[in-house]
Formats: sequence, structure tokens, C-alpha cells
Amino acid sequence: MTVETLFALCACALVGIGLYGLIVQPHPLRKLVAFNIMGSGVFVLFGALAMRGAAAGMAADPVPQALLITAIVVAFAATAVTVALLLRLIESTATASLADEPPSGD
Amino acid sequence: MELWTSTHGGALLAPAVLLPFVGMLLGLLLGGRQVQRVAFVFMPLGLALAVGITVAWLREGQTLVYLLGGWAPPLGIALRADGPAVAMLLAVAGVVCGIGIYARADFGTPLGVKESRAAFSYWLLLMAVWGALNLVFVSGDLFTLYVALELLTFAGVPLVCLAGSGETLRAALRYMLFALCGSVLYLLGAVLLYGGYGTLDIPLLADAVQPEPIARTALALMTAGLLAKTALFPLHIWLPPAHGGAPAAASAVLSALVIKGSWFLVVRLWFDVMPGVVTLPSAQLLGVLGAMAIVIGSVVALRQERLKLLVAYSTMAQIGYLFLMFPLAFDATGNTLMHGAALTGGLLQAVSHATAKAAMFMAAGLIYAALGHDRIADLAGVARALPVTVLAFVLAGIALMGVVPSGAYLAKKLLLDAADGSGQWWWTIVLQGGAVFTAGYVVLVLVNVLRRRSAALILVKRVSRRSEFAALVLAVGSLLLALAALGPLPGHLVSNPLAHKELATTVLVLMGGALLALGLSRAPLLAVARSAAGANEGRLRHAAVAIGTAFEHADRLVRRWPFASIALLTLAAAFGGLLLVGAPK
Repeated sequence: MTVETLFALCACALVGIGLYGLIVQPHPLRKLVAFNIMGSGVFVLFGALAMRGAAAGMAADPVPQALLITAIVVAFAATAVTVALLLRLIESTATASLADEPPSGD
Repeated sequence: MELWTSTHGGALLAPAVLLPFVGMLLGLLLGGRQVQRVAFVFMPLGLALAVGITVAWLREGQTLVYLLGGWAPPLGIALRADGPAVAMLLAVAGVVCGIGIYARADFGTPLGVKESRAAFSYWLLLMAVWGALNLVFVSGDLFTLYVALELLTFAGVPLVCLAGSGETLRAALRYMLFALCGSVLYLLGAVLLYGGYGTLDIPLLADAVQPEPIARTALALMTAGLLAKTALFPLHIWLPPAHGGAPAAASAVLSALVIKGSWFLVVRLWFDVMPGVVTLPSAQLLGVLGAMAIVIGSVVALRQERLKLLVAYSTMAQIGYLFLMFPLAFDATGNTLMHGAALTGGLLQAVSHATAKAAMFMAAGLIYAALGHDRIADLAGVARALPVTVLAFVLAGIALMGVVPSGAYLAKKLLLDAADGSGQWWWTIVLQGGAVFTAGYVVLVLVNVLRRRSAALILVKRVSRRSEFAALVLAVGSLLLALAALGPLPGHLVSNPLAHKELATTVLVLMGGALLALGLSRAPLLAVARSAAGANEGRLRHAAVAIGTAFEHADRLVRRWPFASIALLTLAAAFGGLLLVGAPK
């Protein structure tokens, strides 16, 4: 098994764990962590692709690294915004539940 | 077509993206009450720039290209504006200006009043949404598109919770988390494409891409991710509470503009990046989801008690309309998606929805502001008190219905022609049926606002004239889109609105709508005159109400998180499978 394959398998595992968390964890913070795990899986995959040098047959491809750093910044910003929202939600409702209020009336 | 050098008019593309962001940063620096002034300086500038781009595009007669720093792809990044991009740039600029004028009454800061945080944020976010959308339209590669899409989400989410109440914060958080699921899937698809083909530049990728497993996987993942962001049924988990709960000026932005960003990206992917990978079954699936969105969204809209939620669910239904063009654009002989009448129809639909839906949310917001509530059953007498607002609402409704003459009518006509041309008669039913459903909730609101009121109507607030006219102008604008037939579209599409066939269709649509409204409305539509209305309700009405309630329950079930997230994965898998099924051997 080459190093790239190992990284790719690792990426698959991370994406899988992240997806599982996103679906089954009810708490928003856990969902956010799951999103970050899934994102890390994608980043690892991108890194492995860079090692393969898909573009020009070079030893390593520099473009994915440039894109990767941007993607990490975007994911970081997303996490920050979500945490800020979550904090405001807890501040104003004293719960962190995502569930809708039960429908009134019927 | 020259895609690898900057064209003359291409120089306008970078400012079109930068200008709103410069406005936003300037507003942030100056702070306080200056923000609104900055926004009002930058809105006409941006509109002028959009008009300039349109003129340049018409004059050059080809895609405008701007290479950032003079570096050509695959190493550099190109901004490109083709026909669809130019049309969307112009439409968004117009709608943003309309919404801006409307929002002055809600988020303006008159002298002597302390500025509020909501007002401050609103103008910054409006600029940010505009800049992000412009970037979505002109981006030439899939990674820049990813960044643009994220910017759009980051700007859209806080708009949901401007009011700061627990309910809106929860809606915003749901929106954010679900949108993040979508963006990870999109990024994963983009990474796979880079791994397979070594570039993310759209024309380069379009040349390299083959109908093979990696392209199919990427397309399936990216499509599912983008549908989550567009809130196509059954992934509309976040849309109704977010669009229904936000302040009207923010809902108008979210409903008219923000969802168009991810929708446009689906169009880019399917039509420009991988038209050859797409198969007929996968395109049909998109259309089927659209049809389900129309039916369920419209029925649930009719069952709403509050006007703003009705409009929010109508957005869900109209999103479905935007996806009907995909199966119609499929060329069975070439096994590829074709640029043609169906795509033009879809874009026209998007533009007319953007203008009409903005107008509709504005009118709903004005009614809410004037009455202090927006309970549909309690709207009697509003037509007399707020005639301009009601006129705007109804004109916007007519524009959405696609009655002659309106932009949506032309769009419908183009799509119907495409359905005839490709022998897919079933989409004809969906297209005409969708109009009936739209007519349903317009009639429902109209009957309620026209009803005579026994006691005097108490208005808690005088609404701003300027806001009313902003809504009216956008609604009329949506109707006037029919004038597009004079220019770029073939003229035979417009027929005499009083011709027998057109008149018959219009009457049928309105009557069908009235029947739906009668059957499905929450409060009996004509019951006010009769006293014990419940007693003599017909059996038909009972059946209709049962169906309506069943749809409401289904909608509530679908909008639960576990269901929605599993639906997201299932859709990705389904697209993957269907891309394989119909593939040429």
C-alpha cells in the first residue's frame, strides 16, 4: 500500500465519522465538531491528491496546497460563525436544542 | 470563442465583485448611521456597473473574460460573464436596489434616533450578499465558486436572525449547519474532480471530463450538496422558519436572491461543466423533486395561518419550478444537456421569481407592519387601507402565476415548447398545474384582503409610501420582463392575451386556484357570511382538508433533522446511481 492510498483511506474514515455524527448527534455543538471532522477528511484527501501530483506529473502538486489553505480558512470562519450563533441561542433561550417548538393548537 | 485572454469589457467584472465588498468594509469602518448612506451610494454605482457589463456583453457579442493578474488558467484564475451570468448580474442589481429603497423604512436611522445593531448589520449584510452573488455569477472555476458560495451563506445566515429572538436564532443555526453539510459535499466533489482531471477551471474541465466513475461521483455529491443549500424538496428543512421568521426586508433578500446563488451553481455544473456526464434519468430526478416541491410547497402554503409563512412556502414551491428545466433541456440524441430554449426559460423564471418574490415579501412585510399581525383570516379591510401594497402583492402573484403578459409567462411558454419538442408531455401537466397552485394562494390572500370589515380597521403604524412603491415597482418589473420577447427572445412566443386559447388558460388557472383555495384554506374561505360554517361544510371540503393536513404532517416529518440529513445522502446516492443507469455504453 502506498502512502497516498493510506491517506485516502484515512480521509474516507474521517468523512464517514463526520457524516455519522452530523446525522445522529442532536446537539448543535457536536454537529459542528462532526462537520469539522468531515471537513478534515476532505482536506486529507486533497493533500493526498497533491502528493500524487495529478496535474503535471511533478513530484508534488502545489495547487491543492494553495486551495487547501483557503478551504481551511473558510471552514474556520464557518465554525466561528456557528459557535457565535450557538452562544447567542443559549444566551436567549437557555437551551441549545435545534428542534422546533411543538406546533401550537392542533 | 476566446477564453484565455482578457476581453475589453472583462475589466468591469472585477469591480462588479469588489464594489459591494468595498461598500461593506467602508460601512464597517465609518459605522453607525453612515452605513445606510454608504449603501445608498454603492447601490446606484453597482447598478450602473451591471448595466455597463450588459452593454459591454451585447457590444462584444461574446463571453467577457478577465484574467486576474494576467495569469491564464490552469495556474491563474479567470472571471467570466456569459449570457446567463450577465442576466443574473443585472437582475440582482435591480432587485437589490429595490429592496434597499424598501428597507429604508425598516432599517433607516433618522436623525435623532439611536442607531440599532439590526439596522447596522442589515446594510452590511445586504452589500455582502450582493458581492457574493456577483462572485458566484462570474467565477470561472469551481474552487472560487466554493468560496463565493460560502460567503453567500455567511452573509445570508445572520440575515435570518436580525430580530435576535430565540426562534430566529434557532432557524439561523439550522440553516447554517445544514448549509455546511451541503458545502462539505460540494468541496468533496470539487476535490475529486481536481484529483481526476488536474484542473478546476470550468472550460478546461468541460473539455477534460468524461462520463466515468469519478466524474459521476463528483457530480452526484456536488448536486446533492447544492440542493441542500437551495432548499429543494425534501431538503427544505431550514427554509420556512428562516424565510418566514426574518424581517421582511431580509426575507426578500433571502428568498429572492440568496437561494438563486446555489441554484445558479447547479445550472453551471450541469450545463457548462459536465453536460456530457448527465443522463436523462438523473435530469428527470431533478424535475421530479421540483414537481414534488411545487405540490407539497403549494398545499402547505394554502394551509398556513400567517401571510409571511404562506409566502415562505410559496418560495419552496417556486424553487421546484426552477428545476423543471433540467429534464426539458436534455437532448436524447446527443445524450447531453443543451443550452437552448429550456435554459433560457429557466433563467427567465429565476429572474421573474427574484423580482416578484421580493415584491411579495415586501407587501407581506408592509401588511404586517401596518396591522401588527399577519394572520390571513384577519386581513379583512386591508385592500381599502393599503391599496398600493395589495396591488403590489396581487401583481407579484400574477407574475408568479405566469399569466400573460409576464416574464414567467414567457418562461412557461419556452418550457412548454421544450416539453412538446422533446415529447415529455408529463412536464406540461406539471407546468400548468404549478400555475394553478400559485393561483390558489394568490386567490386565498386576495379574497381575505378584499373582504368587508364590520369594525374599523386599526392600523398600528403608517407604512412608508416609498416602501409601498418599491414593492409595486418590482412587481411591475416582473410583469414587464415579458418585454424581453422584443429583444433577445423569438417574437412568436407572445400571443395576444385576449386570444381564445390564452383567455381560456387564464380562466382555467384562476378557477382551479379558486377551487384549491376553497378546499384547502385553513379558515373556510367564504364562511364569514354564514354563521355556523362548520356544520354545513361539504364532504369535498372535508376530504380536501384531510389531504391538506396529511401534507402538513409530511412536511413536518421531512423537516426533521435525521430525515433531512439521510435524505441528503440518499439523494447523493440516487444521483450517482441514475448517472450510471442512463449512461451510453
